[in-house]
Amino acid sequence: MNSLSLRTQQQGIRRTLWWLLLMLCGSVAFTVALVPLYDVFCELTGINGKGVNSAQVLQSTGIDQQRNVEVQMVTRTAAGMNWHFSATLSHKAVHPGEIHQMWFRMQNLGRTTGRAHAVPSISPAEASNYFLKLECFCFNDQQLAAEEVLEVPVVFQIRSDLPEDLHRLTLAYTLYPQTGP
Amino acid sequence: MTSNSYSSATEHAHEPQLRGLKRWLLTTNHKEIGTLYLIFSLTMFFIGGTMALVIRAELFQPGLQLVQPEFFNQMTTMHGLIMVFGAVMPAFVGLANWMVPLQIGAPDMALPRLNNFSFWLLPLAFSLLLSSLFMEGGGPNFGWTFYAPLSTTYAPPSTNFFILSIHLAGISSILGAINIIATILNMRTPAMKLMDMPLFVWTWLITAFLLLAVMPVLAGVVTMMLLDINFGTSFFNAAGGGDPVLFQHLFWFFGHPEVYIMILPAFGIASMIVPAFARKRLFGYRSMVYATASIAILSFVVWAHHMFTVGLPLAAQLFFMYATMLIAVPTGVKVFNWVATLFHGSISFEVPMLFTLAFIVQFTIGGLSGVMLAIVPADYQYHDTYFVVAHFHYVLVPGAVFAIIAGVYYWLPKWTGYYPDETLGRWHFWLSVIGVNLTFFPMHFSGLAGMPRRIPDYALQFADFNLLSSLGGFLFGLSQLLLVWVVVRCVRGGKPAPDNPWEGAEGLEWTVPSPAPLHTFSTPPEFIPERDSPSRA
Repeated sequence: MNSLSLRTQQQGIRRTLWWLLLMLCGSVAFTVALVPLYDVFCELTGINGKGVNSAQVLQSTGIDQQRNVEVQMVTRTAAGMNWHFSATLSHKAVHPGEIHQMWFRMQNLGRTTGRAHAVPSISPAEASNYFLKLECFCFNDQQLAAEEVLEVPVVFQIRSDLPEDLHRLTLAYTLYPQTGP
Repeated sequence: MTSNSYSSATEHAHEPQLRGLKRWLLTTNHKEIGTLYLIFSLTMFFIGGTMALVIRAELFQPGLQLVQPEFFNQMTTMHGLIMVFGAVMPAFVGLANWMVPLQIGAPDMALPRLNNFSFWLLPLAFSLLLSSLFMEGGGPNFGWTFYAPLSTTYAPPSTNFFILSIHLAGISSILGAINIIATILNMRTPAMKLMDMPLFVWTWLITAFLLLAVMPVLAGVVTMMLLDINFGTSFFNAAGGGDPVLFQHLFWFFGHPEVYIMILPAFGIASMIVPAFARKRLFGYRSMVYATASIAILSFVVWAHHMFTVGLPLAAQLFFMYATMLIAVPTGVKVFNWVATLFHGSISFEVPMLFTLAFIVQFTIGGLSGVMLAIVPADYQYHDTYFVVAHFHYVLVPGAVFAIIAGVYYWLPKWTGYYPDETLGRWHFWLSVIGVNLTFFPMHFSGLAGMPRRIPDYALQFADFNLLSSLGGFLFGLSQLLLVWVVVRCVRGGKPAPDNPWEGAEGLEWTVPSPAPLHTFSTPPEFIPERDSPSRA
């Protein structure tokens, strides 16, 4: 191989390297973007059952008196939470389109002030985009002094265009301890 | 050689021959680095294999006999990590280092010093990983898939070392991939077009692109783990608004292409060996290339078939099920092409061919159980049972590992100048085939009967199958000592091999002397596509 073709080869290698480094940067950028993309995707489709994490607007599409949908309330506390957390009503039959308010009761059983945050989950997941939370204690942290009791509401509406095959929704709240600011 | 300037440049590379440790520490020669990779991989194969035997010894009979469950968990985790990242991947990189420049007529890799660096990262990475076994709280115990929060909130303190070692191994893979692509795209002998390349080179080119695309995702995942563990972020922590399922999506977005990274070069090796010993040209060269590329592209859209049970919407389950089944088409193309190459061939059964034929049959068994696992409702039943263990071991051990061993037997005469001992090789082959099938075939049944994976104890009804698996495991493991014996003997001497030791073998690697001198192809070899291309009419 003569020096000219060797030089062309070296240039070729250098050019390939730049392309590959660019590709590598692309995959790194893609990886970083995957996390926010996942969140946006889940919020749009509701497939992780979380739904929207802020107050939603009331839909005035009328109440479907013919249909009854059962809403079940499930609560749990995460490991290490010395709180009592329960729903005042375990289930309720609602008509799609109606606005309802449900109450949850939490009590700090410990001896120190604690803070907690409830994370909602709606199943089946395809229902989560039809479950509108007009007001929810899960939008904020709750701070309770030792042995303090707090009753907190969630105001919700099930959209009247809820798919026909859904007859029962489960609204599950998990209470997690919060530390830090 | 037409010019002196290049010859003097290569002469420079020849001068002061370093000796001893420094020679290996500082080498930039693709053959020496290839050898280092292969030795490293073999060492890891035995370390990971010993862990597998600890697992099989514990599972020999029901109840807890030998190890504590905590240690058992570390063994399953480390066995997986070491075999995937320390044995199979470096073995393929080692074969690529040795053979890709020889097969395309290049004097060395494009970036020889980078090559040295990518290798030496590996011993560092795996000493770190292995050292975590001796730390307080033990080594990684959350399975090789390190699902969060098991690997974050509930992980042993040594997890930071695990993360660092995965980072190092990942960097090594990325640099190796860059090097291989740069070599293949720029250093082929002048007349060799892409469609004239041997299939081992083709499969490695595609594998290298896969590595480049997904290794950063793995690095990203472990970095997020590091942040979650040490810096109070909540990527995978539901308490802070994160999502543990995100971990699984990210991991398998890396993980599924990763399993093809471990099998595509094996396809390449089989596509070299089958034509050589059937004394026919490979049937369907082009379709082999396209099938490899299709498998690689499809590997990016099937990841969620590993997580059917996390609660995916129906539409997603259907999509991932059908996409996964679609992969059986290009894979089937490959298997049919190998069979068609054998058809009407004048076949001889030397040891490399034996391992390759076993590879084709056994890999197909693993592929078929893969299609079974792709069926969503069936997967609900099979998920996390020994059926899954049987499936991926069939593709990885009697699949990828057999192909690696076949490649070693095939190219050993070129590396050492001597034929490997045929009798010992046959013993190695038959003991391995019997051992590997005795180990993994009964796992299909224990899995279908409901035995869960990663558990040190089991219900009495699984006892017979586990006894068989354990016996097979020890037979397979111990018979690999024969491989070491064959290789050592072959390095020391034996029947001298000519330049082309196999009657039907084609390719530029067989035009250089056996053993291959340290420097080859300092002038590009003659390559006439009409005569030499594997895709010629």
